[in-house]
Amino acid sequence: MSHSQTETGAPTEQGTLAAALRNRNLILGGLLTLVFLGAALISFVWVPYDVTQMAIANKIKPPYAEHLLGTDHYGRDILSMLMVGARTSIAVAVLAVGIGMVIGVPLGLWAAAKRGSLLDEVIMRGNDLVFAFPSLVIAVMITAAFGPSATNAIVAIGIFNIPVFARITRSGALTLWNRDFILAARVAGKGSARISFEHILPNVLNLLIVQGTIQFSLGILAEAGLSYVGLGAQPPTPSWGRMLADSQTFISFAPHMALFPGLAILLTVLGLNLMGDGLRDLFDPKLRRGRT
Amino acid sequence: MTNALRSVAKTAAAASVIALTAGTGAAMAQDSLTLGLQLEPPHMDPTSAAAGAIDQVVYANVFEGLTRFGPDGSVNPSLARSWDISEDGLTYTFHLVEGAKFHDGTDFEATDVVFSLDRARAEDSVNAQKSLFAGIESVEALDPATVQVTLSAPDGMFLFKMAWGDAVMVAPESIETITTNPVGTGAFTFGNWVQGDSITLQKNPDYWGEPAMLDSATFKFISDPTAAFAAMMAGDVDVFVAFPAPENLPQFDADPRYNVLIGNTEGETIVAMNNARPPFDNKLVREAVAHAINRQDIIDGAMFGYGTPIGTFFAPHNPDYVDLTEMSAYDPEAAKALLEEAGVELPLSVKMTLPPTSYARRGGEIVAAQLREVGIVAQIENVEWAQWLENTFRNAHDYDLTIISHTEPMDIASLADPDYYTGYDNPAFREVIDQIAVESDPEVRSDLLGQAQTMLAEDYVAGFLFELPLHTVAKTGVEGLWINMPTQATDLTGVYWDN
Repeated sequence: MSHSQTETGAPTEQGTLAAALRNRNLILGGLLTLVFLGAALISFVWVPYDVTQMAIANKIKPPYAEHLLGTDHYGRDILSMLMVGARTSIAVAVLAVGIGMVIGVPLGLWAAAKRGSLLDEVIMRGNDLVFAFPSLVIAVMITAAFGPSATNAIVAIGIFNIPVFARITRSGALTLWNRDFILAARVAGKGSARISFEHILPNVLNLLIVQGTIQFSLGILAEAGLSYVGLGAQPPTPSWGRMLADSQTFISFAPHMALFPGLAILLTVLGLNLMGDGLRDLFDPKLRRGRT
Repeated sequence: MTNALRSVAKTAAAASVIALTAGTGAAMAQDSLTLGLQLEPPHMDPTSAAAGAIDQVVYANVFEGLTRFGPDGSVNPSLARSWDISEDGLTYTFHLVEGAKFHDGTDFEATDVVFSLDRARAEDSVNAQKSLFAGIESVEALDPATVQVTLSAPDGMFLFKMAWGDAVMVAPESIETITTNPVGTGAFTFGNWVQGDSITLQKNPDYWGEPAMLDSATFKFISDPTAAFAAMMAGDVDVFVAFPAPENLPQFDADPRYNVLIGNTEGETIVAMNNARPPFDNKLVREAVAHAINRQDIIDGAMFGYGTPIGTFFAPHNPDYVDLTEMSAYDPEAAKALLEEAGVELPLSVKMTLPPTSYARRGGEIVAAQLREVGIVAQIENVEWAQWLENTFRNAHDYDLTIISHTEPMDIASLADPDYYTGYDNPAFREVIDQIAVESDPEVRSDLLGQAQTMLAEDYVAGFLFELPLHTVAKTGVEGLWINMPTQATDLTGVYWDN
């Protein structure tokens, strides 16, 4: 971000922090995201109950002291399942966004560096092609063809992240290529690949972070959707989407079974979206100046 | 990925729309009935497919056989009003009912019986149960109302075999279009079929026997348990046969608008183990699995307490049933010891392939958790019905463990076939089964059946779980439904509204 600040004449580090603290979206979103990340991290070292341990005799209990969020139809602790399920969601979403970034960003940079050329056309029309497919249907197809598993869900969701990042990188990069400091770099004899990574990439990073947050929340939603229809992580790995699907026929007499995984998905996606909005406000100097 | 977001939202919206529109069904007049079933038949010919979903619609309603199953599983006269059996048990002379007509107006005569049986046992026949007809030497029409069937060996089960849905009478005049327009002799004629939605049957005004009391009956196909519950609650369907979500039964039971009928089926529900390949070719490993399984937990957890534990491949309501559940009692310590004796490396990693029925999916999760306790890691793989039939059951037998309910009546003999998907190859068992097939003395037969059951339990051929219950949810006032399912059928001939 050091580039973006010097280049656009943005305020100091202190000002950024103050602005962040004034940004309610960012704070609320950040808190929700922290809770979600925290639950997943804690689950590595401690969960209230083993999530693979069934206790049929203790099934479908509403929340009480020993099971704060109640138990499911196999007598498993719902809180523990949500914590471990958060891990599944994060793993799938992070890796899917990772695939999108690692492949999409260089493609976008490359297309911008060769803007107007045949290569640019090929890359961007290729992106359009992927973009034109209804992604969840293709994800269903991929998992149906290669068998349902978390890995295939990651690949399926990841593929559709590629054009998103390629586009955003290219459009961000295009506006930069005409700037004076890039011209200076060219005069200094730097090649376009070097310029892309040394000067362009740092300046589109804020865009990518904001988009990454949004894509992360969409990844979580897509993972929940896939496992809802049984194509995500397979049992006994807990997954929010499957918890929701499993609880359907119990909803009339055990609403807690559907309520908690539903809330977990809702709050996490809400948190990430608020955070994405907040970050965009923070990074966009025009918006911020207007507000201060 | 915005598309993904939208798709998820759409799916959610569609689900809620289904729940809402379930309430808009038109109120039915009291001489028609709408029934819910989970599986839609692939076509309408019961004599050329294994799909029980076909019989579920047409058996006894559209098509009839020489004999038929009663609600208690007994074999009763149908198109054959009586029969004589020769001294040596080889010749059956069937006397056909008079005045029976196919729905297209043609008469039902002895030649139709000859046609039907010859077609079913022909070399190129695609009948799913050809073994039913294997003992037939010849079929002859003595006069229009008399048929003589000669067997190659005495068969105490022949009349039982002729009662199967695969042995119903069809006519040469209408055989070409049977898959889309079934023409039988039953109390209902085939109305129309809205693919993916419903099949309607109409009352047959020219029925030869006791006419049906309903004017029409509609079978609606609802596979999703949640949608089934919604449709029932909204009054969209009057009866749901084999209701898929047992957890909702207490709610229906407590509601004066509904009756819950709890009966049994012929469905032995088992954890099938592939006896033909490692690690389950080792009897010790199979025995370990059997002891690692806690039946009661599975019945409580997957079936909400409905289901009778079984210890072998036989229906517990059958008088010849032997209770062998003790042989495979829940004993995780014994299971661990057996695995050690077998010398397998723990944790033992296997694959568990699960078809989409709820007893399999839920039971599978519980079985996997129980196996994990003794050091067997069963990787669950959920597959669709067609895929399961193709890869697990029919051709490749590519599985280690699977869960399935065998709903055909008296199907213990199927395990004798080493090419069956269980891969159980025991010549001694085959011999007993062959003896049962020709034995007509009930006492000896019963003894042999006991022997066969014991062999299966001793060899731990599978993890025997429970007898699949039949849950029918019906609106109050619907009478005459079968409580049990002795064969795959939804017999509507005696069903009426009592208001």
